[in-house]
Amino acid sequence: MSNPATTPAVVHRKRRGAEALLIALALVIVIFAFCAVGLGARGKIPGFVAGLAVLLVVIAVATHLVVRFVAPYADPVLVPLVVALNGLGIAMIYRLDLARLDSLGDEAKQFAGKQVMWTAMGLALFVAVLLIVRDHRKLQAYTYTFGLAALVLLILPLLPVIGTQINGARIWIRVGGFSLQPGEFAKICLAIFFAGYLVVKRDALALAGRRFMGIDFPRGRDLGPILAAWVVSLGVLILQRDLGSSLLFFGLFVVMLYVATERPGWLVVGMSLFLGGALFAATTFSHVQSRVDAWLSPFPVTDGTFQLTQGLYGMAWGGLLGRGLGEGNPYLTPFAYSDFIFASFAEELGLAGAMAILLMYGLIVERGLRIALLCRDAFGKLLATGLAVSFALQVFVVIGGVTRIIPLTGLTTPFMSYGGSSILANWAIIALLLRISDQSRRPPPEAAPMQMDDATQVVKL
Amino acid sequence: MNRPIRVMSIVCLVLFTALLIGVNYIQFVEADTLNAKNGNRRVIDEEFARERGPILVGDRPIAESVPVDDQWKFQRRYPEAKLYADITGYFSYTFGRSGLEQSQNDILSGSDNRLFVNRVVDLIGSNQPRGGSVSVTINRRAQRAAAEGIENLPGNAKGAVVALDPSTGAILAMTGSPTYNPNLLASHNLDEVSKAWKRLDADKDKPMLNRSTQQILPPGSTFKIVTAAAAMEKLNLNPDSVVKGGRGLTAPGFGSYVLRNQGGGNCGGPRITLTQALEVSCNVTFGDLAMKVGQDDMERQSDAFGFGARDLDQLPMSPSQFSSDPDVELEAPQLAQSGIGQFEVAATPLQMAMATGAIANGGALMKPYLVSTVRSPDLKTIETAKPEKIRDAVSSRTATGLSQMLVDVVENGTGGSAAIPGIEVGGKTGTAQSTADRPPYAWFISFAPADDPKVAVAVVVESSSTGRDDISGGRLAGPIARSVMQAVLDR
Repeated sequence: MSNPATTPAVVHRKRRGAEALLIALALVIVIFAFCAVGLGARGKIPGFVAGLAVLLVVIAVATHLVVRFVAPYADPVLVPLVVALNGLGIAMIYRLDLARLDSLGDEAKQFAGKQVMWTAMGLALFVAVLLIVRDHRKLQAYTYTFGLAALVLLILPLLPVIGTQINGARIWIRVGGFSLQPGEFAKICLAIFFAGYLVVKRDALALAGRRFMGIDFPRGRDLGPILAAWVVSLGVLILQRDLGSSLLFFGLFVVMLYVATERPGWLVVGMSLFLGGALFAATTFSHVQSRVDAWLSPFPVTDGTFQLTQGLYGMAWGGLLGRGLGEGNPYLTPFAYSDFIFASFAEELGLAGAMAILLMYGLIVERGLRIALLCRDAFGKLLATGLAVSFALQVFVVIGGVTRIIPLTGLTTPFMSYGGSSILANWAIIALLLRISDQSRRPPPEAAPMQMDDATQVVKL
Repeated sequence: MNRPIRVMSIVCLVLFTALLIGVNYIQFVEADTLNAKNGNRRVIDEEFARERGPILVGDRPIAESVPVDDQWKFQRRYPEAKLYADITGYFSYTFGRSGLEQSQNDILSGSDNRLFVNRVVDLIGSNQPRGGSVSVTINRRAQRAAAEGIENLPGNAKGAVVALDPSTGAILAMTGSPTYNPNLLASHNLDEVSKAWKRLDADKDKPMLNRSTQQILPPGSTFKIVTAAAAMEKLNLNPDSVVKGGRGLTAPGFGSYVLRNQGGGNCGGPRITLTQALEVSCNVTFGDLAMKVGQDDMERQSDAFGFGARDLDQLPMSPSQFSSDPDVELEAPQLAQSGIGQFEVAATPLQMAMATGAIANGGALMKPYLVSTVRSPDLKTIETAKPEKIRDAVSSRTATGLSQMLVDVVENGTGGSAAIPGIEVGGKTGTAQSTADRPPYAWFISFAPADDPKVAVAVVVESSSTGRDDISGGRLAGPIARSVMQAVLDR
């Protein structure tokens, strides 16, 4: 302890070997899931399993190698968790494809293949983010660029021609043959923008300002830009009738403000604003009203409550241990492969499986927040917290909707639901978290050896 | 910034805990409730594909599952559909279940916990799970007699018959008319099922209603047994006590209203015995007695006989009532009318059979039941019904007195149509006014043999094309009660 500057208290190990082992475990789970789906729904193991296994191993090895060389100190648990969730999601989508094939014949839409493609692209994006963003602190330089990008992405679906409305929400754009949900990417841009802006203004926000009714309110010029960005994004989301994302963005904003300023008052203000807004929306907008009605009294089953009740029936049908993959009837629930994929798992894997999935999500959030705690720079801390909390909020909003804890709003279940934008954006989030964690777990650069005979030393703080 | 991050991790922990509680609640706590909901296709599909157990009368099924060659593999059939529809109910893919199909569903479908061992054995042997069987207490001959009795009424008669064993509460017959064919609703042709349902549901005669247990009607003079019981208990009367008779009843608070007798008679004089009063079904007497007993004790006596309760838990049952709201004080004429089973008094045939049975059974009201034995798929007996006394509705002295008087009603009074040669029968007629624009209800309650009662019956005939003046309990309902009793006693 003679020289604390050269002996940091904790030296993080790289743990890449542990990561490789966990990824292998995740792959075994995924391959078993595909075998179980085949056995349950068709009575035989699907012929493509061997090929799929080879493909998965190749991708996993590649991913592992990239992380090993590009972010060697990164958190070792995140990637295996995500691989398992992503793989299980594809297995369930395949299982629902089979059910659709049974009832509709050859014309049935098939989603598993596309999801595999999206996953491959997600991994590519993951690698690209790790390669391009070598130091997350550089992102701070582009704070306002990301803010602008978030707004553009949010407005895109409202534009004519490329914007399209699907199932009541205008949150899609169609480019070429593909449709994308720009909101998923806007979430990341907004998190970077909030983090960059708040890091600069946190002192002003926390200290300068007027005291009113026991709460310190910041000056308008400090709060202005961020408030404007937030109001515009919420306004756009209301126009798009995307309740889930509105909730998510609002939560992200309030949480990051609180973490940056360390003032719990923001949570209180945010909570009251949210409750007021929710009450207003529930009594004013008919589409919100019908969601709340369906949530409060789903029985007797009507058109408005059909999806929710079918999901509940499915989960109840699953019971403690589930029907077994491929042996339940999750296809009775509309959108079982996207919004309601959690209910599909709960039906076929039972309470045990559902809780395991929840724990996996919980672990991802926990690792994200741990990265934020370990991180040495304020920007990284804020960004990691924002990403982790928005992930937690998204999981809570979608699964809470399916399990009737809160009214149902449309959001994807990260990594599991069918959907390209969601897969791509979430892999990018994992890449950012890994990058921040690599930075924070890496041992600090060795200080230049001190020259004891040279007494003068310039210390720069 | 670490403190708020730690706070956020606690917030996230709370969110995930909420999710964990949510799935536990749905998949563990609420799962059975959700699985039992009508219209839950997962459960229905599974159940339809299962070999559901039969409902048996004796050794003959009144509901059974036969193998068929379609996606559900088994078809529910009701061999004597209309005769037993009120008891079996239906088992429909689209419209759920009713009757015993509903209340005994756990056993019939094989999901009852008592069949757990069977389920495990089936699982290991990879057999399809099968349901257990349910035997009912119904007496085949009595059931047939009851149904034929109503069918043979002139015109388009509606009505219901309930017979039970007074000493045990076992239901021996239960049928109503018009009824329906549950086979139509159990069909695998879902379009036809929908059509049949629409037609039955729209029918103003409500064929899917179990008239024996779900429909309450004014019991008319048959309710006088309750008034008489209350008077004997509260005012210490016996069959020979002298009570008020005469042409009409007026009292303080009646104003210009006079309660008259059916047909305008004088009941045989101004002062008659209680036996005589019951014999001629004297309205003046029982209106007067009800007022002397008072509303509270009338209410209490009715409830002691089972009014206000749903004592049969195997079928949907509407509680009978003395008044629509016990807290509202009846005016004098209303209380007098209630004493003769009018005003707001309303009872199901099952309720009247229970009350009659309690009188025949020395005052002990037995819990009615329909299921005698429950067996597992491999015919092991899981449960045998045990007769259960609800309470003593009246003292045995009152019960004996009442039962003597009811025998007298059949031998010398209005109940002659129920007499069976060589057997002592007790009975009481009732003709209840409903509204002025529709014919009255004809009631008959009875039991036999009086010294060792084996059967108690209640019959109600709601309407028929018989002229209004000809309608009386004795004429329409009495013969049906007689033939049901004979069917039970002949054996």
